[in-house]
Amino acid sequence: MKINIKRGEVLCYEIQAKNQTLLEVLNEIKTTQDSSLAYSSGCRSGVCGSCAMRVNGREILACSYHVQDGDLVEPLNNAPVIRDLVVDMDKAYGFNAKAKAYLSADIDNILITHEEQKINELQSDCILCGSCYSACPVYAVNSEFLGPFALTRVWRYVSDKREQNPKEKIDNIQTNGVWDCTLCNACTLVCPQGISSKADIEKLRARSALVGYMDPNFASFGFSGGFDGSPIF
Amino acid sequence: MKSVIVIGAGGAGLVAALSAYENGAKVTVITKEYPTRSQTSMAQGGINAVLSEEGGDSIEIHIQNTLKSASALADEQVVSFMCKEAPNAIRWLDSIGVPFSRNDKSKIAQRKLGGAYAPRACYAQDYTGLKILHTLYDRCQEAGIEILNERYLLEFITNKDNNNKSFVCGVSVLNKRSGEVEAYEAKSVIVATGGYSRVYHDYSTNSVSTTGDGIALAHRAGVRLSDMEFIQFHPTALKNSSILISESARGAGGYLLNSKGERFINELLPRDEVARAIYDEMAKGYDIFLDIRHLGTEFIENELPQEAKLAKLYENVDPSVELIPIKPAAHYTMGGIEVDKNSSTCINGLFAVGECANHRVHGANRLGGNSLLELVVFGKQAGENAAKYICDFDKKVDLSAQKKSFEDQIIKIKEFSNEINFYEKQRELGELFYKNLGIKREKSAMQALLNEVKEMKAVLPKMGVSDKTKEYNTNLIEFLEFKNILDLSELVLISAISRQESRGAHFRVDFPSADDKKFKAHTIIEERMVSYED
Ligand SMILES: Cc1cc2nc3c(=O)[nH]c(=O)nc-3n(C[C@H](O)[C@H](O)[C@H](O)COP(=O)(O)OP(=O)(O)OC[C@H]3O[C@@H](n4cnc5c(N)ncnc54)[C@H](O)[C@@H]3O)c2cc1C
Ligand code: SF4
Ligand code: SF4
Repeated sequence: MKINIKRGEVLCYEIQAKNQTLLEVLNEIKTTQDSSLAYSSGCRSGVCGSCAMRVNGREILACSYHVQDGDLVEPLNNAPVIRDLVVDMDKAYGFNAKAKAYLSADIDNILITHEEQKINELQSDCILCGSCYSACPVYAVNSEFLGPFALTRVWRYVSDKREQNPKEKIDNIQTNGVWDCTLCNACTLVCPQGISSKADIEKLRARSALVGYMDPNFASFGFSGGFDGSPIF
Repeated sequence: MKSVIVIGAGGAGLVAALSAYENGAKVTVITKEYPTRSQTSMAQGGINAVLSEEGGDSIEIHIQNTLKSASALADEQVVSFMCKEAPNAIRWLDSIGVPFSRNDKSKIAQRKLGGAYAPRACYAQDYTGLKILHTLYDRCQEAGIEILNERYLLEFITNKDNNNKSFVCGVSVLNKRSGEVEAYEAKSVIVATGGYSRVYHDYSTNSVSTTGDGIALAHRAGVRLSDMEFIQFHPTALKNSSILISESARGAGGYLLNSKGERFINELLPRDEVARAIYDEMAKGYDIFLDIRHLGTEFIENELPQEAKLAKLYENVDPSVELIPIKPAAHYTMGGIEVDKNSSTCINGLFAVGECANHRVHGANRLGGNSLLELVVFGKQAGENAAKYICDFDKKVDLSAQKKSFEDQIIKIKEFSNEINFYEKQRELGELFYKNLGIKREKSAMQALLNEVKEMKAVLPKMGVSDKTKEYNTNLIEFLEFKNILDLSELVLISAISRQESRGAHFRVDFPSADDKKFKAHTIIEERMVSYED
């Protein structure tokens, strides 16, 4: 079978693959055909988030995707390509700090019920693979948008019973944050962990409203937009 | 000059960094990946601590379980310190926001792992390591700790003080992105680079980056290593990919079957016994399978979703109706950098922690759930001591000469002839290690393997890289890793050949029982020579 890999230009490789993951195929190419091919990998089992890339335009983890004849493999979008399938994640990861995605102070001995724990169980499954940033149309045009995984992480802490200053976190995500998202759901569709940053952003909007923030789009245009929050112009 | 440099950003590295920071030091973390990509993310089972004595468990029993598993090779004092600190370690993780699973009393839930008297492992669903690592990372962001990603450690740089005692004064790294050698001066360095299970290459459950770099390089800098022959094999890794199928599958009632469809061992015995039984069946030519069909589709979907997903993805089997092909695989390396009770190596200012270090708490066999614990307890200690050490550091350091020499080395390696594909050799080495230095060991096979390793080392200049590019040259990085693997292979082999007895994970067919008189002692490697020490 043949697969095409975008390395600056698209190169075609002939491989013997039977029910193999893309990562296995990349390893095969690298160790037997062309050792100059650059990509990242780690755990091989979908938890370290190293091998996110795109196949036929869609974000996947190479270790969890079975190759098909004719596949086109490309690096993630919306991040500088360092080489071949490797992108620079420094800027994207930097949004976690900008969004203050951490507990604001240590806190001892808080009891947490099953229900309270469930509130952010899924969100804390995030592996920071970056697929959601690659798929996000808003991040593509606004490079200062805090972006899906950072906002999911904010929800993860804001909703944590141990967080003593959630208001500060909400204050911090009003600009280039929750209101800039178009709720297009692209991030949800590509997340290998089944996380919906879109849904988390909606929850953060509700929290924002509770402390008095308003959708700036509504504020300037009155209530003429759709109440699902979709763009109104 | 930097104050404290931590090499490695897994659980051990990040805890050490936070601890040094909290003790007033300015910290820089360096990793060859990104922090959250470290192997620590893979730990599923849990982290041990006795949080309450209600169920009959106690810190004393935790100590006893650990010592028993260690087969008399652990240091009782250090084990006792770790087990006593365990509840504090969990309290601290809880206080920084680790989303542990909870019990009906709204407290941290615990489950029973192999070798433990009671449910003692705190967990966060099947994502214990992932959630601990990410929370530590978030904490580092809050503290504003400097993290330099994608830099590959080349060397620990040392010097001698007036008393002719070695001290560390920096590190040199290869910036993967730019391809430039960078030298960083530092008053203290903490090594937290993880274990060396990838010596077994495809026969290991570990992350591809677990190549023992820090251990090999520390030894080159003059650090003593210990207990390198003790390597834990996990009985159930997937046959093709060596990806771990957790113990919970057997815990829930899964069977082990040979190709005749027969059970051959009590599946709930300790890891090393089960692994040996599987090895014997495989030696008879049988394939081995994990059978969870009888547990029922619903149970599998609810209780073992991760296992079902992995079996489908990597072996193309549906475990509710089909058998899962498995094999044992190298999982955890007990040996490593020899440290004292302060997490310090024999070089001043150089500390080590995590799987790369040997704090003498695992001895001949690690107890499941104790290694995450070790990261936190000793990470804290290493960070504190590094912060203390730098207060008196008054030496002048200039690394420009060293930087030049590393640049030359890289240029030289790129000129190697590349007649032999090192990837092939690496695969071959992993296979040979699995066969001859795996679950069962015997002198002549190990000796032959040692010759093979020496031969490979001798022809290294005929290997090398075909990619001469500067930027993001993973071919070069992987070759450097392979060099480290070869170095460690030799040290593991001489340790294993020398230990003429069986103890814990080290099983000698030619010396099948323990010999306390001669070998109830730690294997020390100093300048590539073996000796024993209590
Ligand atoms: C599948 C699996 C499941 C496990 N489950 C459990 C469990 O349930 N409970 C438990 O207690 N233990 C478990 N373990 C063991 C435990 O996860 C590891 O022992 C532990 O995570 C090691 O942590 P560490 O911080 O020492 O190293 P790692 O997490 O391996 O981190 C090493 C760091 O060093 C960096 N590094 C390495 N070499 C270099 C270099 N040359 N230059 C720069 N940086 C470098 C890496 O990039 C990485 O950041 C499991 C292990 C595996 C593989
Ligand atoms: S939210 Fe999902 S897609 Fe985004 S980084 Fe996390 S795991 Fe990846
Ligand atoms: S829903 Fe929002 S965050 Fe998600 S991809 Fe769309 S715009 Fe981006």
